[in-house]
Formats: sequence, structure tokens, C-alpha cells
Amino acid sequence: MRKSIIILIALLGVGWVVWNLHTVLLQLPDDADQGPVYRIMFFHIPAWFSAGIAVFIALGSSIGYLITKNLKYDAVALATTEAAVAFLTIGLVTGSIWGRISWGIWWTWDARLTSALVCWLLYAGYLVLRTAIEEPSQRARISAVLQIFAFADIPIVWYSIEWFRTQHPGPVLRGSGEMDGAMKAAVYANWPALMLVAAAFVLLRLRQEEVKREIDSLRRIVHAG
Amino acid sequence: MTFWRHTWTVLTKDLRAELRTKEAVNASFSFAITILLLISFAFDPTEEMTREFSGGLLWIVFAFAAVLILNRSYARELPNDCLDALIASPAPASAIFLGKALSNLFLLLAVEAVCFPVFGIFYNVRWIGQFWPLLLVVVLGTWGLTVVGTMFSALTVNIRLREVMLPLLLYTTMIPGLLASMQLTVHLLAGEPLSTAFVWLRFLIGFDVIFTALALTFVDTVLVG
Repeated sequence: MRKSIIILIALLGVGWVVWNLHTVLLQLPDDADQGPVYRIMFFHIPAWFSAGIAVFIALGSSIGYLITKNLKYDAVALATTEAAVAFLTIGLVTGSIWGRISWGIWWTWDARLTSALVCWLLYAGYLVLRTAIEEPSQRARISAVLQIFAFADIPIVWYSIEWFRTQHPGPVLRGSGEMDGAMKAAVYANWPALMLVAAAFVLLRLRQEEVKREIDSLRRIVHAG
Repeated sequence: MTFWRHTWTVLTKDLRAELRTKEAVNASFSFAITILLLISFAFDPTEEMTREFSGGLLWIVFAFAAVLILNRSYARELPNDCLDALIASPAPASAIFLGKALSNLFLLLAVEAVCFPVFGIFYNVRWIGQFWPLLLVVVLGTWGLTVVGTMFSALTVNIRLREVMLPLLLYTTMIPGLLASMQLTVHLLAGEPLSTAFVWLRFLIGFDVIFTALALTFVDTVLVG
């Protein structure tokens, strides 16, 4: 039953992404200033939104673990952090490709890019730390605390655009640089599509962690016997 | 009142243990001087260039030197199960943490106090005119470094790859704090008044306050469980 739900969500997500690709590539016109390269935005912006959602869920699950000591929360924190790192990677890579074409460089030490990279490093550090701890409850406790520390860095990313001089393009969904309605709709449509794909991955990872816990407890029983 | 007495006891115990063996401070000091020397081989600095990279150079040296002190902070309690005895003592984990963090602050400030004159001589930089503002920046930056570092030292004390994990986690989390310290140091070494870089000072104070509060809140979870 659960397996079929995961497959259904994955198919729905992938189907929606393909449909959005059709809209973005074949129906929307090229941008007046940027030409065809602006289409990266349809993945770039939803990837950052999704990463944001994922880190919020990971933070909530980590706090949930510290309160309840239930390892299921730890598994959710791990799975959503992995999804967050994947989305952060998509955001960084798509941004870099756009930068190469629009600015002529792959990378610039602009404040927002730097902060995004710092976030990526923080959550990658969280995943590396987990591999260094064997005992499950110790791993869950220590990584939950690290998750909270990592999250405290996020406001710095958020406010960095105001605190530092930046050459990242200004917000395009609101404010003065606002884009056309059809384009905005395509950005918003791609967000839930990517979230569905991510949800399927997270559910799959939760299942894996559950099986891993079962194997661990069986192994302990065998050793005790 | 008892909290501060416990903090004082841990602080004096750690300082006494370090002053008797001098193992961390000696290593940290030699390492700092070696990096200062090595940088001079990397490029031939002119006076103008030195002023531009002085803040970055100094704080990279301090961050590297700090890890040698911080790695020993909790690890020195491991032989003879001293850490378990400390945790079982009536002192709360936050008092133990604060005592250790203050001890690390003083040790690192001592290393930095030697680095500054050496840096001034090696790179022909005059900093004495800005002594008090520089002292403020150095104390605030070093407190950020030690409070996050002491917390992560507690976080990684019982895990595999402790020596690798501490710098990995510390440097990424410290990036905003180090950035602010570097900007302020460059600003001051250029002869500018502190008031014109007030935004960075506020940023650094905010960073210190956030991470001190987080560390004091969660150190009990990390050490006791």
C-alpha cells in the first residue's frame, strides 16, 4: 500500500514536471532582455523555495526528536535535509549556469551566492557528521542540535541581500522587477511539481531508515542470544 | 550565584591544567607563527596590499590556531573518565560549558596578543593607534569563535574523526562571524574610525549573542542527553 503511494506521488510529480517543461520550453516566448536562458529561472526559483520548505521541516523534526526522543523524527530530519541539500545543489548549479551566460562568469563572490554556498556547506556538514556517529540515539541527539545551529544561519542568508552590496538580480516575483503573469504562473506551477518529486524521495528514504532500524534491532537480538 | 561559582571553578581548573602542560597553547602559537611566515612566501606583499588582506590573514591564522585549542577542550577530559565525573558533578552542563568557553577565550586571546606584534613587524603594519577599537573587535570575534568552537568540541568529543569534524563544522558556522571580524579589522587597520563600520559591529554582536544563547540552551542536551 505504502509502496504504491510512493510510486503514485513520484509519477504525479514527474508527470507534472514534464508538463511544465512543455509549457516553459514550447509555449512561453523568449525573454526580451535575456533571450532563452531566462528559462533556468523556472527551476532555479522553485528549487530555492523547496529547499526552504525542506529545512523548515528538518528543523521541526529535529526539535520533535529532542522533545519526544522518537527516532522517526530523526529519520524525517535526515530525509528532508538530504532533499534540502539536493535542492540547494540544483539552485547553485542552475544559478551558476545562468551566471555564465548572463554575466560571463560561472561564479562571483556576491553576497547571496556566498551565503547560499555557506548554507549548502552547513547542511552537507550535517550529513557528514551523521556518518561519523554509530550509536543511533547519540547520532539523533547530536545531529538535532547541529540542525538547530545550522538553521540559525538561515536568517543571515535572508537578510544578506539588504546588508551587503549584491549583484544578484532583484526579486522578480514581487517589487519593481516584476515578470509577466504567464511566466510567474509557470514558476509557481513548477514548485509543487518539484515538491512532489521530493516528497517521493523523502518517503522512500524514510522507508529505508525504518528497514535499517529493524535490521539493527534484529542484529542486536542475534548478538544478545 | 552557585552557577557562577561552578563556572569559575571549571575556568580556573582548565586554565591551570593548560598552564601546567602548555600543550595546546604552545602548539597553537607555533602554528600561528608558521602560517604568518608561510603567507609571506605565497606573495610579496606591498604596504597597500597588506592593508587590504591583513584582516583576512589575521583571522584565518586565529581560526586555525583556535582549532588546536578547542580540540583539546573536552578531549582532555576523556582519559580516566573525567568527562563523566564532570557531568555527574553538581555543576550544570551550561556552567561547565561557560567555564570552558571562557578558558578557551583567554588562551586564544593570549595567542592573538603575541600574533599582533609579530604580524606588525613581519608585514610592517602599524596598528597601535587603533588599539582599543581593535581590542573590542578581537574580543568579540574571538568570543564568537570560542563559543561556537567549545559547543562543537562538546558535540564531537565522543565521535569518530573528532579532529576532522570540529574544523569542518566550526569554519562553516563561523563564516558570518569571521567575515564581520575580517571587515572590521581591515577597516581599523586602514586607519578608519570604528563608527563608520558600525553595521558590521552590530552584526558581530548579534552573531555572538545568538550563538551564546543557543549554546547555553543546548549544551545540556549534548552532554547529558
